[in-house]
Amino acid sequence: MNFDFSDDQKSLKDQARKVLADKSSIKAVRAVLDRKPGAPSYDQDLWKAVAELGWLGIAIPEEYGGVGLGRLELCVLAEELGRAVAPIPFASTVYFATEALLLAGSDAQKQKWLPKIASGEAIGCFALSEGPGAPKPDAITTTFDGSALSGAKIPVADGDIAHFAIVLAKEGAGTSLVIAELDGVKRSEVKTLDPTRGHAKIEFAKTKAERLGKAGEGWDLADAVLDRAAVLLAFEQVGGAQACLDMAVDYAKNRYAFSRQIGSFQAIKHKLADMYVAAEVARSNAYYGAWALSTEAPELPLAAAAARVAATEAYHLASKENIQTHGGMGFTWEVDCHLFYRRAKLLAVQAGGPGVWKEKLVRRLELKNAA
Amino acid sequence: MDFNDTPEEAAFRAEARKFLEANCAPKSGQRQQPESSESDYLKKAKAYQKKKAEAGFAGITWRKEHGGRGLAPIFNVIFGQEESKFDAPSGPFAIGLGMCIPTMIAFASEEQKKRYVGPALKGEEIWCQLFSEPSAGSDVAGLKTRAVRDGDDWVINGQKVWTSGAHYSDYGILLVRTNPDVEKHKGLTMFFLSMKTPGVEVRPIHQMSGGSNFNEVYFTDVRIPDAQRLGEVGQGWQVALVTLMNERLAVGGSPGPDYAEIMELARRTPSPTGKGTLLQDQAFRAALAEWFVSAEGYKLGRFRTMTALSKGQTPGPESSIGKILNANRLQDITNAAIEAEDHFGIISDESLAPMEAVFQQSYMWAPGLRIAGGTDEILKNIIAERVLGLPQDVRVDKGVAYKDLPTGR
Ligand SMILES: Cc1cc2nc3c(=O)[nH]c(=O)nc-3n(C[C@H](O)[C@H](O)[C@H](O)COP(=O)(O)OP(=O)(O)OC[C@H]3O[C@@H](n4cnc5c(N)ncnc54)[C@H](O)[C@@H]3O)c2cc1C
Ligand SMILES: Cc1cc2nc3c(=O)[nH]c(=O)nc-3n(C[C@H](O)[C@H](O)[C@H](O)COP(=O)(O)OP(=O)(O)OC[C@H]3O[C@@H](n4cnc5c(N)ncnc54)[C@H](O)[C@@H]3O)c2cc1C
Repeated sequence: MNFDFSDDQKSLKDQARKVLADKSSIKAVRAVLDRKPGAPSYDQDLWKAVAELGWLGIAIPEEYGGVGLGRLELCVLAEELGRAVAPIPFASTVYFATEALLLAGSDAQKQKWLPKIASGEAIGCFALSEGPGAPKPDAITTTFDGSALSGAKIPVADGDIAHFAIVLAKEGAGTSLVIAELDGVKRSEVKTLDPTRGHAKIEFAKTKAERLGKAGEGWDLADAVLDRAAVLLAFEQVGGAQACLDMAVDYAKNRYAFSRQIGSFQAIKHKLADMYVAAEVARSNAYYGAWALSTEAPELPLAAAAARVAATEAYHLASKENIQTHGGMGFTWEVDCHLFYRRAKLLAVQAGGPGVWKEKLVRRLELKNAA
Repeated sequence: MDFNDTPEEAAFRAEARKFLEANCAPKSGQRQQPESSESDYLKKAKAYQKKKAEAGFAGITWRKEHGGRGLAPIFNVIFGQEESKFDAPSGPFAIGLGMCIPTMIAFASEEQKKRYVGPALKGEEIWCQLFSEPSAGSDVAGLKTRAVRDGDDWVINGQKVWTSGAHYSDYGILLVRTNPDVEKHKGLTMFFLSMKTPGVEVRPIHQMSGGSNFNEVYFTDVRIPDAQRLGEVGQGWQVALVTLMNERLAVGGSPGPDYAEIMELARRTPSPTGKGTLLQDQAFRAALAEWFVSAEGYKLGRFRTMTALSKGQTPGPESSIGKILNANRLQDITNAAIEAEDHFGIISDESLAPMEAVFQQSYMWAPGLRIAGGTDEILKNIIAERVLGLPQDVRVDKGVAYKDLPTGR
């Protein structure tokens, strides 16, 4: 057995951490957080840098302008992006849009979009939600008539800056996954708990669009894209949880109360140990998801759900207890704890909330253990 | 046991309701005051407090000589129950009337009580609590701000932090170190002062939920007369305990969504299982049941405390339970609601998010509640040590002069 990343993958991770510490210092995250209305909702310099480093195309085959490495490399990068709370549309473009194109795009569609994604020219987004609560196939109201798209999607992560969208729409009696350019489409930015990523309401009105895959396959394709994204998001969540744990441990060693390091109080020790346990459970589940994703294993659906459920719990716990460990300081805008608390919530709902994933997990478990 | 109002209580309740209907708007979804209108809000709050005092609903349990009504604590509960059904702007007075003025009543001179208690009760003057410091929060007795005697005056230098409402307060009660050469608890003294005293500088702190309800307060050669001392020199900790005991009573119900809002959201939102609504979802129903028993346990526990109070007993440290339960439940409920809203849950815009984004706003406020007025960890230590009688944690600060304590710096 060898259940670990390779040396090359580990050195990619070290490189990523250095680059992100350098380019995406918390200062850059805060510049996006505190941006004036109308200013771009992402760090353009960092976006350029990750494009030049080849990260955007790391899992895109060379024939489409990518680097042609695998998903394991992408997982390694995702963990570091999560740790850095990176203020770029990486998840939308790479975990969602790219995966959808690779999974269901025609050769022409891949030729058209993947090279632009790899070079950083094209930002993508994934438009599924239309209102509060878990989406259902029969509740989708956005329609596709074979050539044009109509209806509203809200919220769409990075929909405010994206050049194209992958959209789940109703087509006839079923659903289809379609791709639309966003030039000229009405979009309004939506205020969210995590302003370090932009969100929009997108209103399609007879917008020209093309189907990805076959008509009627939309829901299943979207589900498959979500499984892939879930594994990659789990790595971001693990990275974020780890960053919170590191912050909290560091603070607990240096902060004194009652003339002792607060880390010498068992209440704090056990809290940090609980955060560590949850992060390790999440990490191991994420690694298994990475294996399933990179090998296209039939275990992927169950592994993806497990990775997602564990990672969401670990990041939630770590982000809230990191604040608690910091006491009053943790509740201020100036201290970075809240950046993680915000991002943890975004990542918890971005590919569907934990309730949805727990249901998927158990359904897949039932299937595997059918009577 | 009898939950019905006595005739006297029923009459008081009717009187309270009549007053509230005449002077407050019914509850709207909007919980947090938009920052731009803080001065408008304060004006509204002061006007309301004045009417409340005139109608005899301020200081319900206080003695008549202090402008109160001299009623049993249950009447306070009754008024609170009725007031919570309205949009009553009483927030800015909670610390002053809940903690500072009771401390003044216990320790100030008769003349000072005449001067300060009335205006506070009528909402003319607002008070804040100047205890916590950058290196002394949980361990507030470890504070540094120095007061040095100079003739009939004291000269104060140092810094306070997290002072709620300091930016709009007129007065504050201030805990300082007067003797660093003795054990930390023995070298403290309490004062009160005008926030307009020269050398006092208030700087707002931007909190993670967006607003600025609390502040840093700097003291540079601030001179106050010895007459503004509360209690004896070196007895500041005993005085502070009176304030902190009152804090346990003052920190009552928590803000945030109420049951009507939670049920409404659950009725409207599709379930994560894809079948029916959230309200029909078994996992959500189980969570709802747990939140209910926790909230009821707190509420009914307060009734037991009130009954004990009405029989002349003093409330013990067991009232620490309330804040741990309420703050954590608020964080849990709001988190569950956001997650159930799914992708849409991240939206915090009041005009788009369900229930005017009360869940999102409270999610950002809940971490502060777990820290303010004693952290979860400190309150659990209090329960373990003071209620259950477990031995204290190892103390390295006992029997050591303040100036010799390790601080990590
Ligand atoms: C099923 C089982 C199998 C075992 N097998 C073996 C074996 O094969 N070989 C062997 O040598 N021993 C074995 N033990 C013994 C075991 O190692 C001890 O029971 C254990 O270390 C606890 O010690 P104790 O019983 O003295 O309890 P105590 O140490 O007295 O603990 C009592 C309680 O206090 C808590 N506590 C103690 N110290 C701390 C602390 N510093 N911080 C916080 N809480 C604390 C404990 O968690 C516990 O809740 C076994 C025990 C069990 C239950
Ligand atoms: C919204 C808000 C409003 C506030 N308003 C006021 C105000 O008006 N006036 C005022 O004076 N103060 C106010 N405070 C300050 C508040 O009382 C302190 O923040 C609080 O007591 C914690 O102190 P600290 O921030 O220094 O954290 P620390 O004491 O440094 O605590 C850091 C962490 O260590 C833990 N810890 C500390 N000691 C122990 C121990 N012995 N055992 C186990 N764990 C321990 C804590 O639980 C916490 O998790 C306010 C705070 C907030 C958040």
